[in-house]
Formats: sequence, C-alpha cells, structure tokens
Amino acid sequence: MMVGALYAVAVLLALAPASIALSKYARASNIIYGASLVASAALCSMGTVQLLSRSRAAVALVLPIGLPWLGAHFRIDALAAFFLAAINFGGVAASLFALGYGRHEHAPGRILPFYPAFLAGMNLVVIAGDAFSFLVAWEFMSLSSWALVVAHHREQENVRAGYIYLLMASFGTLALLLAFGFLAGSSGHYDFDSIRAIHLPNGLAAIVLLLALIGTGSKAGLVPLHVWLPLAHPAAPSHVSALMSGVMTKVAVYAFIRIVFDLLGPPAWWWSVTVLAVAGPTATLGVLYALMQRDLKRLLAYSTIENIGIIFSGLGLALAFKAQGLDWIAALAFTAALLHVVNHLLFKSLLFFGAGAVLNATGERDMEKLGGLIHRMPKTAAAVLVGCAAISALPPFNGFVSEWLTFQAILLSPQLPSWALKLLIPAVGGLLALAAALAAASFVKAFGVSFLGRPRTPEAAAAKETDALSLAAMGALAVLCLVAGILPGLLIDSLAPVTTAMVGHSMPHQADLAWLTIVPIAESRSSYNGLLVLAFVTLSGSLAALAIHRLASDRLRRAPAWDCGFPDSNPAIQYTASSFSQPIRRAFGSVVFAAREIGEMPPPGALSIARLTVRQRDLIWDFLYAPLADGIATVTERINVLQFQTIRRYLSLVFIALVLLLLVLAL
Amino acid sequence: MGRLEFDIAHLLAGSLVLISFMMLYQDRLYALLNTYALHAGVLALSVAWQAFVQQAPHLYITALIALGFKAIIIPLALHRIIVRLGIHREVETAVGFGLTMLTGIGLVALAMVLMLRITPGADPLAREDLAFSLSVVLLGLLVMVTRRNAVSQVVGFMSLENGLVLAATAAKGMPLVVEISIAFSVLIAFIVIGIFLFRIRERFDTVDLQALDRFRGERR
Repeated sequence: MMVGALYAVAVLLALAPASIALSKYARASNIIYGASLVASAALCSMGTVQLLSRSRAAVALVLPIGLPWLGAHFRIDALAAFFLAAINFGGVAASLFALGYGRHEHAPGRILPFYPAFLAGMNLVVIAGDAFSFLVAWEFMSLSSWALVVAHHREQENVRAGYIYLLMASFGTLALLLAFGFLAGSSGHYDFDSIRAIHLPNGLAAIVLLLALIGTGSKAGLVPLHVWLPLAHPAAPSHVSALMSGVMTKVAVYAFIRIVFDLLGPPAWWWSVTVLAVAGPTATLGVLYALMQRDLKRLLAYSTIENIGIIFSGLGLALAFKAQGLDWIAALAFTAALLHVVNHLLFKSLLFFGAGAVLNATGERDMEKLGGLIHRMPKTAAAVLVGCAAISALPPFNGFVSEWLTFQAILLSPQLPSWALKLLIPAVGGLLALAAALAAASFVKAFGVSFLGRPRTPEAAAAKETDALSLAAMGALAVLCLVAGILPGLLIDSLAPVTTAMVGHSMPHQADLAWLTIVPIAESRSSYNGLLVLAFVTLSGSLAALAIHRLASDRLRRAPAWDCGFPDSNPAIQYTASSFSQPIRRAFGSVVFAAREIGEMPPPGALSIARLTVRQRDLIWDFLYAPLADGIATVTERINVLQFQTIRRYLSLVFIALVLLLLVLAL
Repeated sequence: MGRLEFDIAHLLAGSLVLISFMMLYQDRLYALLNTYALHAGVLALSVAWQAFVQQAPHLYITALIALGFKAIIIPLALHRIIVRLGIHREVETAVGFGLTMLTGIGLVALAMVLMLRITPGADPLAREDLAFSLSVVLLGLLVMVTRRNAVSQVVGFMSLENGLVLAATAAKGMPLVVEISIAFSVLIAFIVIGIFLFRIRERFDTVDLQALDRFRGERR
C-alpha cells in the first residue's frame, strides 16, 4: 500500500518534467491531465481502502533520503488515509474538469508542469511521517501553487496576489518550522512517533498550539491571516482555484489536526478557547466579505474562508469536549468537522468549475456583466444551482448535514463545566448561524445575478454551453452533493476509525438505522433523514407543479416583463449584485468595512448624472498589515546602510559579532 | 606526559600569543613582516615539539611546511611585493596602539575564560593550546581590523591561519591531510591576495584601502 502510494506520487512528480518535454505537442494537456487523473484515482482508492480496511494498523515506510540521520518517513494511518482519499478525490475531479477546460488555456506551458507537482506536494504532506519531510512537502506544495497563481503573470493583479501569497506562505512555514522545533524538544527526534511520545510542559504546548494555528491558519485562511486567499485563489486558472480552495485548505486542516490532536498530547481546556475565538469570527467575516464581492471567483474564495471557519469551529468544539473528558460529544464535533471537509471539497470544487465554465464562455468574472446564463448554459446552471443550494446548507444536500451536526455539538455545550466555554460556545454558535444565513444570501446573489434575468453584456448574451468533460465533472460533483446529503450515515461510519484515533471515541454506528436516518446522540434528542426531506421536497414540488399546470390557465400570453414604469428594455435596470447586498452592507458594513455611501444628486432640472459612490475599506488590512509593512520598510531602510560599508568596517562588523558571540558563550 | 614537555609546549604556544601582541604595535611594514616570520618560526617549533611529544611523525611535515612556506617563502615574497610596490613607509593604524593593546589583552582573557570553561574534561595540554590558538586567531583578526594597508591585513590574516594550525596540531590524532590542506589554503589565499594587491595598485596607484573607499564615493 505504502509503496504503491509512493509510486503514484512519483508518477505525479515525473509528470512535471515530462510536461516540459511534451509541451510542443498539441495533445500535451490531455496527456498530463489524463495521467494526473489516473494517478489521483489510484491514490484516492488506496486511501479509501486503507480507511475502510478491517486492519486498523498504519502502514509505514522509511526511505534513505533527506536528512542522513533521519531518512524520509512515510506513514498512512486512519487520519492520513481519510485526507489522502479526500485530496485525491478533489484531484480526480479537477483533472477531469481540466481535460475539457485546459483546452482553452492560452499558455498551457505555464500551468502543465506545476499542476501534477502541486498534486504531488499535497499528497506528500499527508503521507509524511516526520517533521522534516512534512515541511519539505509543505513548502513544495506552497511553491508549486504559487507558480500556478502567477501563471497568468501579465496581469498586474496576479503578480501582486502571488507576491502576497509567497510572503504569507513563507510566514506560515516559518511558524510550522518553529512549532515542530518545539515539538521535537531538545532530543531532536523529528519522526512523528518520537514526537508523540514526548509530553511538553504547559507553556511550551501553548506556544506550539499558537504556532500551529498561525502556520496552518495562514494556509487555510483563518482571519486575520486570510488576506492572500481571496487574491491568490481567483488568480489561478479555475481548475487550480478549485484545487486550492477545495483541497489545499484541507491539507492545512489536516496539518492542524495532525499537530494539535495527534502530536501535542492531551488538550487543556483553554486550547479550544483560542481556536473558537478565531474560528467563529472567521466564518462570519468571510461570508460578509463574500457578500460584498462582484467578482464571482473572489466571492467563492471568501466563502472558502467562511467554510474554514465552520471546520475550525468543529475542531475547536472537539478540543473543548475532549479536554473535559466528554469524548462522545468530541467525536460528534470532530466528525462534523471532517464531514464538512468532504462536503466543502465537493461543492466548492463544483462552484469553481462552474465559475470556470462561465469565465470560459463569456470571458467575464464580474457578475455585473453576466446574467441570463441559465438559458444559454442550462446544464452548467443546473450543476451550479445544486452547488449553491448545498453550500447554503439547504437540505437534502450535504452542506446541511455537517452544519447541522456542528450545531448539535454546540447545543450540548451546557454540559461543559467551564463558564468561559459555556459563554463562548453559544456566541460562536450565533456567529455560525449568522454565517449560514449570510452564505445563503450570497449564493442567492451569485446564482441570481449571474444566471437569472437578462444578459447585461453582449458577451453574456453570446455564451455557449461548456464542453462535455467539464460538464461531466460538474455533474458528478452535483450528484455526489445530493448523495452525500442523503447517505450521510455511510460517511459518518467510515470516519469512525479517524475519530477513534484522534479523540478516542466515535459516533454511534449509523448504518443499521432504518431509512438512512442519522442519529448523532439519541433518537429522543435529534435525528435527521435526508431521504425523507428529499421525498418531501420532490413530492411537494411535483404536486405544486402539477396543481399549477392543472388548475391555472395554460393560455400562453407574452407581455413585456418588468413593465412597472420601465418600458425600456435596457438590462441595466435589473437588480445588480451591489444592490442585492446593499441592505446587508448598510446593516454590517459601517462597522466591519467602514463603508460609506456618498450620493450626488443633481438639483432639480439639472441634466448632470446622479451618482452613488460606495467606499469600503478592509480594516484588517489597514490596521494590521499596512502598519506592519510600513514598519518593515522603515527598518530595512535603516539597515540598508550596512550594505554599503568600507572593507575595514565589514571586517570590524564580523570581528565584533564574533567577539559578542564568544562573550555570550563565556558568560 | 612529563612536566618538562608540558612546560615547553606551554612556553612555545605562549610565545606565539606574545608575538601576536608584538604584531599589534609594529608601525613599519618590514618590521611587521619580520615579526610575522618570527611568528611562523615559533609555530614551526611548536608543531615540531607537538610531533615529538605526541610521537606523531607526520606532524614534522606540518612543521616543515610551516617553517618553509610561512616563515621563509611568504615573508620573502611579501618583502618583494613591498619593494616592487614601493610602499615601505609607515603603517597607518586606524586605532591607537594603546587601545589596540588593551583590546588585545581583553581578547586573550576572553579566549582563556571561554576555553577553560567549555573544555573541562579535555587533556590539559590540548586545553592550553586551544586557548592560546583562539587568542592567536582573535589577535590576528584584530590586526586585520586595525590596519588600513592591504599588505598588513594580509599579514594579519596569515597570523590568524597560524592560530588555526596551532589548534589543529594540539588536538591529538588529526590526520595529516587536514594540516596540508590548511597550509595550502594559506598559500592559495596568499597568491590570491597578492594578485589582488597588484590589480588594486594597477588601478589606483596605491594599496591604501582608503583609496578604494574614496573610489566608491564613501566618506570616512
């Protein structure tokens, strides 16, 4: 198994140079994406088999590469197997989509070498069994995805996105490096098995927790480390955006679970406070930002931040309950988080594919320039509609199940003895509920403005349905969103080994319950049946349709639409994305975004144009990053003097540094 | 090891430090070169004594190298360079002699404290030698820092290398390869620096490094 996985990763790695050799052939992108698809499928099935296998033992292997006294450890336990399966499922979907989408790429040579390398990097992070190979793989993943972000480097915006991404990624890796340094302790054993055996004192554990939160949070997009994400994710080509948003953020979640749940030892109660205090605001702020966007892909990227907030809330809850010995509730919260990992992967990939298809058909990401696409791209529209419903947590789709399970765990928080948590968790619950509602609003906006109404530009009017392979990828994901919503019990049961390994307990067995019901705690308390909801929705929908068709008049009458005083058929009079989000901007924006609306109304009789300007500021950028950047610039300018010294002064500097170091050693 | 052997090794290593001090206050290039030759000669003696004490015949080769290259060939060559460059005038020191000497004493004290503290378990001879050689290295660096003339900086660098050779021979059982390579590295450094000196003079008509600084538009 382990050897097979390594071979598959090696194939992915070998594809990178191969694509350079093949780049002069027209079919290169088909070959590379096809081979990536096969390798990802192999890895995905290996992960699934390992996760479902009866033998719970981890498979491991040590290769004599890397650090001479350490070697490269590789290990697949239940957690790694789950993430291996999830990541490569995303890889399969993205490769399938790219088989169609990649044909329209104007500079495939800039993307093809890095795409399989990126996949290989993510896989290596998950199967790494020691800190050194983990960090190497992590950095490899960051760099290859950076290369994909700046693939279209002619656009100034992308270069800036790449720069900020590179900075944040290096910062995150630095934090992880320090975290592993503390974890390994003075003995310096960097393989995970040795690290697991060490128990850190309380203070050091706190530092490691913070560093892990910073390191993985900067990759996953936790507020306030999220600034790069909405810039970088949309900048990449759409199938890579899907991978970055849907899959790479999950690798960060994996890293967090690996460090905090696995390596760091038993949790203290306040760990969860740190995590929850970051996760709740992340969910709400992410979706508020999303609601303000006009750019379809940027909206999706901000929504990723929201979903990461939900996942980390689940993990924070699991920490809280585990620290108090309430393992069975911890298992519930942890399962909810893992389930949301899968679900978000499914619908976020689907939605990014949809955005890619739209971008391909119209050349536009700006929603204000789209509209009416449901008539021109009906199949894409249907798939995206499913994705929007799922991400808005509407039953019977999958998004509902994981969010519902998270709330079930939140509702059990009164069982906790700590008053701080008793007050914090309901607050987080409130934030998550707000986030769920706002997410629904932002996806009503995304779908409504882009796909409904009338086309706002000639490009949107001339859109054509996308190709069959892209549609197949979207269709498969849409079907899976529904299936995962109806059969959550199967998923929950297959997650049992992971939950048992990480929090020491698992949720009750769900497969035996009748009619695909899931019961997280006890039947008397709560249960959910996706099949029932689906049956109800289908039945009531069909009945309503039937009633309307039977009872209403079937005479066809064509009349001017929107004829309430607007006989002009200019599409600009439609509801726009900005107008849709205006009420929410008025409610929250003045505080969160320091938004101001400036209306210029000409005096009566004047012929000049009335104008409404909205100014929004990103307060996190203004108050955290801008001063930081200024400070660094000032300091470097001061230090810059050192670069232009006389030879003797250089010598003196070296000499003084040496003497100082010796003094430190001597005293 | 007998008391006498130890004392003689101690004496030789100590005189190396003393000669390093002498280098600090030489204000003429010829005098500096002669002091350096003396430095290298004492190093050769010290290495030879180590060879005798440790019964390590290969160290005699190192001693010969030190004597031949460092005490004779390099000083002679530098002598020729000075003659050809026509710079047998006063050495300009950047810092006053008094301050330099005081700093040197401080450095030797630092080296002693450091070495005695971090090597409590080691052989006493090696311990002493390591402390002395660190002093020689630091004093060599001090010479480089306090001089403006390129030739005297080269001399400072080579006395620093002498300190390294002393450390290498004091540690028992270090293979010959290391010492030869150190000797050759000095030779190569000498050649490279010699070439650079000529290049610098060709361009600026002086080996005073201040000329370089002026060329780069630096103020002093």
